[in-house]
Amino acid sequence: MSVSSVFPQLEQLLPRVSKPIQYVGGELGVVVKDWDATVVRWALMYPDAYEVGLPNQGVQILYEVLNEQEDVLAERTYSVWPDLEALMKENGVPQFTVDAHRPVKAFDVFGLSFATELGYTNMLSALDLAGIPLDSADRDENHPIVLAGGHASFNPEPIADFIDAAVLGDGEEAVLEITGIIRDWKAEGRPGGRDELLLRLARTESIYVPRFYDVDYLPDGRIQRVVPNRPDVPFRVAKRTTMDLDAWPYPKKPLVPLAETVHERYAVEIFRGCTRGCRFCQAGMITRPVRERSITTVGQMVKEGLEFSGYSEVGLLSLSSADHSEIGDMCSGLAEQYADTNVSLSLPSTRVDAFNIDLAQELSRNGRRTGLTFAPEGGSERIRKVINKMVTKEDLIRTVVTAYSNGWRQVKLYFMCGLPTETDEDVLEIAHMAHEVIRAGREAAGTKDIRCTVSIGGFVPKPHTPFQWASMERPEVIDARLRMLKNEINSDRSLGRAIGFRYHDGEPSLIEGLLSRGDRRVGKVIRRVWEKGGRFDGWSEHFSYSRWVEASTEVLPEYGVDLDWFTTREREELEVLPWDHLDSGLDKDWLWQDWQDSLSEYEQDDCRWTPCFDCGVCPAMDTEIQIGPTGKKLLPLTPVNRLTAPPAALDLNENPSQRVPA
Amino acid sequence: MKTLLKGSLLRRLPIPPKNQPVGGQAPVVQRIRLRYAKRGPLRFTSHRDFARAFERALRRATVPIAFSQGFTPHPKISYASAAPTGVGSEAEYLEIGLQAPVDPEELRVALDAALSPGLDVLEAVIAGGGSLADRIDASHWRIELPEVEPAVAEKAVAAFLGSSEVLVERMTKQGRRSFDARAAVTRCEVTHEPDLPSGAVAVPCAIIDLVVRQVTPAVRPDDVLSGLRVVAGLEPPVPPRVTRLAQGTLTAQGEIVDPLDADRVDVGIGER
Repeated sequence: MSVSSVFPQLEQLLPRVSKPIQYVGGELGVVVKDWDATVVRWALMYPDAYEVGLPNQGVQILYEVLNEQEDVLAERTYSVWPDLEALMKENGVPQFTVDAHRPVKAFDVFGLSFATELGYTNMLSALDLAGIPLDSADRDENHPIVLAGGHASFNPEPIADFIDAAVLGDGEEAVLEITGIIRDWKAEGRPGGRDELLLRLARTESIYVPRFYDVDYLPDGRIQRVVPNRPDVPFRVAKRTTMDLDAWPYPKKPLVPLAETVHERYAVEIFRGCTRGCRFCQAGMITRPVRERSITTVGQMVKEGLEFSGYSEVGLLSLSSADHSEIGDMCSGLAEQYADTNVSLSLPSTRVDAFNIDLAQELSRNGRRTGLTFAPEGGSERIRKVINKMVTKEDLIRTVVTAYSNGWRQVKLYFMCGLPTETDEDVLEIAHMAHEVIRAGREAAGTKDIRCTVSIGGFVPKPHTPFQWASMERPEVIDARLRMLKNEINSDRSLGRAIGFRYHDGEPSLIEGLLSRGDRRVGKVIRRVWEKGGRFDGWSEHFSYSRWVEASTEVLPEYGVDLDWFTTREREELEVLPWDHLDSGLDKDWLWQDWQDSLSEYEQDDCRWTPCFDCGVCPAMDTEIQIGPTGKKLLPLTPVNRLTAPPAALDLNENPSQRVPA
Repeated sequence: MKTLLKGSLLRRLPIPPKNQPVGGQAPVVQRIRLRYAKRGPLRFTSHRDFARAFERALRRATVPIAFSQGFTPHPKISYASAAPTGVGSEAEYLEIGLQAPVDPEELRVALDAALSPGLDVLEAVIAGGGSLADRIDASHWRIELPEVEPAVAEKAVAAFLGSSEVLVERMTKQGRRSFDARAAVTRCEVTHEPDLPSGAVAVPCAIIDLVVRQVTPAVRPDDVLSGLRVVAGLEPPVPPRVTRLAQGTLTAQGEIVDPLDADRVDVGIGER
């Protein structure tokens, strides 16, 4: 059965919506295959607007890995804005892929990548528009397998009703294994229907199928246990880890959009994982161990990625890029290779030390000086010990002063508010630190013309971190602290004028907290919010706190719990957490010990440079740290000549002997 | 120039470090004018979207583009008036300045390959004298009105042409503005629909052939359609499909002269 494009119907609607180009496709790197020539078909979704979703590395990597398989087809879909959603519903146009505008419902797998829990309502919109029943239980063989991935899938319980399966961890190999299972099942004539397919996926022990697990609750609302409801599925589901990133050099052909997107650059992941051990950081905890991509592979990827895309910016991405064992050689090598071009290099610089300034100098050799961002995360020495962000105030001042004296006029400092054990004093210290930065910076730079921006994010406790037991602070407390901080920054007019202050209100963080540590009961809240019109919850202009509070009040009392119970309540050591049956490799006893260490302000070093501290990941997942140095260097690029000069008769300005050979 | 040309083409795209004296950019040695099309789904590309894609295409095709002087050098690209987002076009024009001469046809092929299908580079000629903008004072448009009977459209067009002034409103950057959509229109005719392939269901589709002079504020096909609504209540049931067929100099006979014609003549002289 072939599937036709919905573009003719969609085309009628596009003149009536904003930024229609985002729904059209036509990117460089797009792959459109003959539907009937393929066996397994994936629709990949990043459940946010195209401008945010298109640059997502995860989706781009899986898109390329899948499409490299001859009998596999992968296309992409993104959230449509409310203006188009209304028109699509009115005109019966289903959720479509941007590649060939095929209806999502026709695919074998509908895979969603959740970088954040705030995309959950957008998933419901997409399912609804696609004509796929919202409840997994209502789907049959005509519907795709709805599969969740991304960091949020390490606790997919709040969306357990809506998804058929979830993959934890790295996706490169997982998507191929899932493809193989579907290919075989189809070839065998789909024995046992949808249930059998899900069972085959669950038997891999690394794909979580929520319907095969029952959750029992205690009278007080806590979870009693989560157990398989059939004999042939595992008690715990393990995360995936892709070892040897050099063997997976994706994206090779990045998708380059026509529409404007949040990142316009060729991004290459220089390593995956992080063992710095910041206790709030879920990404660092669930992606262990550190696996570096070698300097030579990075160099090759940058060269090919730029040639393919035409981008003039390269992002060297990871959770803490300055920690790559060969970051110095990598940056100077790339800076050298692209010295006479308009290519600029950037790396998310989060480490607070002078080395970072050296790197930034290297990267701005061709004249473009991008901003410097440092993330001390906590204002006081004490709170930085609590979160295991090992940096002293002296370090920070020294680093920032170096930046100012090397010509930077603007630095950004990133902090969090609402951290465990935080007091007003901890937050006020942020102002004092900013004052000192400006004072020392003015002295070092010899000018008053320097600025720093203080940017504050709300702390959200995440599953699989030492703070998974922590209570959240109430939004009014957060907001009061932020007001106090603002006043303190401006208490000195001269210094305050040079300090920008950016922050988020406490309310969205509380809802993110509900979704992060929620269980299956929270799924009912998500659905109610969506029914009330909740969409694009990651966007402040669309997010409605009152809608979430209302829905929680309507839904949760039936279960004897409420919004506070999920967010501001501290958990005890022995409480069964909703994600305990999902194995990130981290030993729960180690996490608890790290939580206790946090409360006694005891710091934990990095296992790359000190002995293993037994977090449990490597033995549990049979993995190991993969770091350099390889000792290799980046070589000068060989010239690329594609265009020749015109024939001599037309060549009025040049001597023909100088022409570039073809 | 000599050393630049011997290096890689990537190395022929320099931006000097900011602490170097301004004025280090290689000079423009060749100007090339291009005609390009926005076709099919990619007619929804906005002008800004196209401009970003075109700069990436210059890099993909390793075109030795020249840069402006100053602290933030920009590639030397100048655009003639761009068709509105959502309107297809067979006749968009731009001019680029190069720091090394290239073969125009080779450049055209390379740029066309470097852009997504649907953004098609159709012609490239070495610029003669004068400016592109001076050679463009009118546009030729084709407006397809699916599900509109040609006779209905003809009546509306007749009413429009019969009026000395047709006031329409549009949101501009200055807010809602009212202006005349009639005076700038030099041709507006309903043509016959193209022959349908045998067996196709005949859905009526009126086609308007329209020539509009460039005036301020600009009168766009949208505004003429608004005018048809104002004078005759013409309300297309589905969104019209508009394509720019040509732009250039309007002759006394009402024809449009291709703005690249003059450049072709100049080059012809140079060849002899």
